[in-house]
Amino acid sequence: MENENIVIKARNLTKHFPIKMGFMRTLVSKETPVVHAVDDISFDIKREEFFGLVGESGCGKTTTGRLLLRLIEPTSGQIFFKGMDILTLPLEREMRRLRRKMQIVFQDPYESLNPRMSIFDIIAEPVRIQKVAETEEQVAEKVAKALEEMDLVPPEEFMYRFPHELSGGQRQRVAIARAFVLEPEFVVADEPVSMLDASIRSEVAKLMLSLVKKFHCSFLYITHDVALARYMCNRIAVMYLGKIAEAGTSDLVIQKPLHPYTEALIAAVPVPDPTARRTEVVIKGEVPSAINPPTGCRFNTRCPYAWDVCRKEEPPLIQIEKDRFVACHKYTKK
Amino acid sequence: MPLLQVENLKMYYEVLRGEVKAVDGVSFSMEKGDSLGLAGESGCGKTSAALAILRLLPQNGKIIDGKIIFNGEDLIPKSDDEIRHKIRWKRISVIFQGAMNALHPTKKIGVQIVEALLLHEDINKKGANERAGKLLDLVGIGASKRDRYPHELSGGMKQRTVTAMALACNPDLIIADEPTTALDVIIEAQVLKVIKELQQKLSLSMILISHDLSMIAETCNRVAIMYAGKIVEYGDIVSVFKDSAHPYTQKLLAAFPSILGRKTELASIHGFPPDLLNPPSGCRFHPRCEFAMEICKKKEPEMLALGGKGHYAACHLLSR
Repeated sequence: MENENIVIKARNLTKHFPIKMGFMRTLVSKETPVVHAVDDISFDIKREEFFGLVGESGCGKTTTGRLLLRLIEPTSGQIFFKGMDILTLPLEREMRRLRRKMQIVFQDPYESLNPRMSIFDIIAEPVRIQKVAETEEQVAEKVAKALEEMDLVPPEEFMYRFPHELSGGQRQRVAIARAFVLEPEFVVADEPVSMLDASIRSEVAKLMLSLVKKFHCSFLYITHDVALARYMCNRIAVMYLGKIAEAGTSDLVIQKPLHPYTEALIAAVPVPDPTARRTEVVIKGEVPSAINPPTGCRFNTRCPYAWDVCRKEEPPLIQIEKDRFVACHKYTKK
Repeated sequence: MPLLQVENLKMYYEVLRGEVKAVDGVSFSMEKGDSLGLAGESGCGKTSAALAILRLLPQNGKIIDGKIIFNGEDLIPKSDDEIRHKIRWKRISVIFQGAMNALHPTKKIGVQIVEALLLHEDINKKGANERAGKLLDLVGIGASKRDRYPHELSGGMKQRTVTAMALACNPDLIIADEPTTALDVIIEAQVLKVIKELQQKLSLSMILISHDLSMIAETCNRVAIMYAGKIVEYGDIVSVFKDSAHPYTQKLLAAFPSILGRKTELASIHGFPPDLLNPPSGCRFHPRCEFAMEICKKKEPEMLALGGKGHYAACHLLSR
């Protein structure tokens, strides 16, 4: 049954990066070791939804974002964009045309904008590549409109400047304008505001939220900032070592976490209130290597509740209630 | 007697186009055992103020005016040599931002701590070795890991090693500049826990510099909010967070999302921080302030005492 409202559907998505070995080592070892960046994850993103992917560095959230746009090829699994299996499309022609509908905003606006291009050229480039405007006047019109939508007004004042003449917040607006000039239906935003100062950050965050309604598009919002994810996202998925540990509506996941990892992650987030009383759940140790992830549940080495079955069997991601999924043996063996 | 008393400190950077007024008349004081949060956005002068206290300024950075009274002695008239041999690291030490990259990559961490001890303390090699082991135990790494190289440690462990080095000479004051910025939340919580335990065990005094008000709320008992080279509000942590008086503090706090309680509207401050080459006249926040009045453009507001707990703010709204 195809649901019209689902924009992105990922099924059993897996990405293993092979590790480069020296020549001598390739002679002795039988198989190449791999980094299990993303391991068998499935999720849906609905139309006009802000879907958050939360986790610590190295958990595979950025890789997932890139896989969905097919900027890297998955090892296995399927990706559907509005019901169309995009992995079967020829890269050069159809995939390129599809990219008009799928865009990305990167983390660092100091690096993602070419310093030698004017703001006009930066935003006009995708328009020209995708040939969505016929004449140069139409290109200029689109650029001006995109700048206006990002509150960079009047557009003439910004068009002919270069990235170094803009502040961090303005640069990130330009990067967002570049993604939205093509009126995409799906945008991957990879830590789009983490480089910005607090007072500027919330402004850009609110701008992105307003774009959802204006363009009827969906966001995959990749972040390590759980507190901001709660404000931005309708639903979030928490990732740990290449797996989804828990997923659900953001308020529920953050206020009533089910998975022990989510619990620890939430408890570690500092709160801007010196009088808040909070339970202390500081888990020990650090994230294990993704080259040899622990057997069974990947969190078992740090989990305070781990017992035998956690070390042997991998818990599947099961549905607890509507829109609430968790992968933990606490909930499978009832 | 306060441990550290900074009075009207002015530190400018000389650049081709003039003077960047990075720290412009900053005053605060702290008692022994206090942990003071110095908060503000990038470019507000919080790190420059710390560098001025440590006399670690770049060549174009000049202290123009003010007093830095540490344990009853003014540090400003002292020579660079005197500061280097007697004050820095021994009495006031520092944990830098991204300190985990400050470790020597080809030396074992134990050796690096011993080296620092031999240089600053009157101690023999055996004693230094023993103390290095104790320090590593203290920060939760364990003396057994003293023979590891930095690349064998994770980010959090490196950060703790650097914390151990800052503690090496039993300083009276530690200045930590964004000590956990590059770390993940869970690791950050672990490092902050170590720092909090050390504060209690050794009754450490600390200045914690950060842009993250949430982190300051969890670790400090006093806080100073800086904007464009000046302290706009200062006081004990609960008063400043709960009864903020300055519009900038109020807005900045409201811009921080919380995972607790109900979802409220996130605030934002329109515009961006001013260029410190030509700071705005009067109150430096007036171009971005929604309550700005005529007087705010002309006259600089003075620090006013509010309530009893040493809570101060500089805003014309308060003097009406």
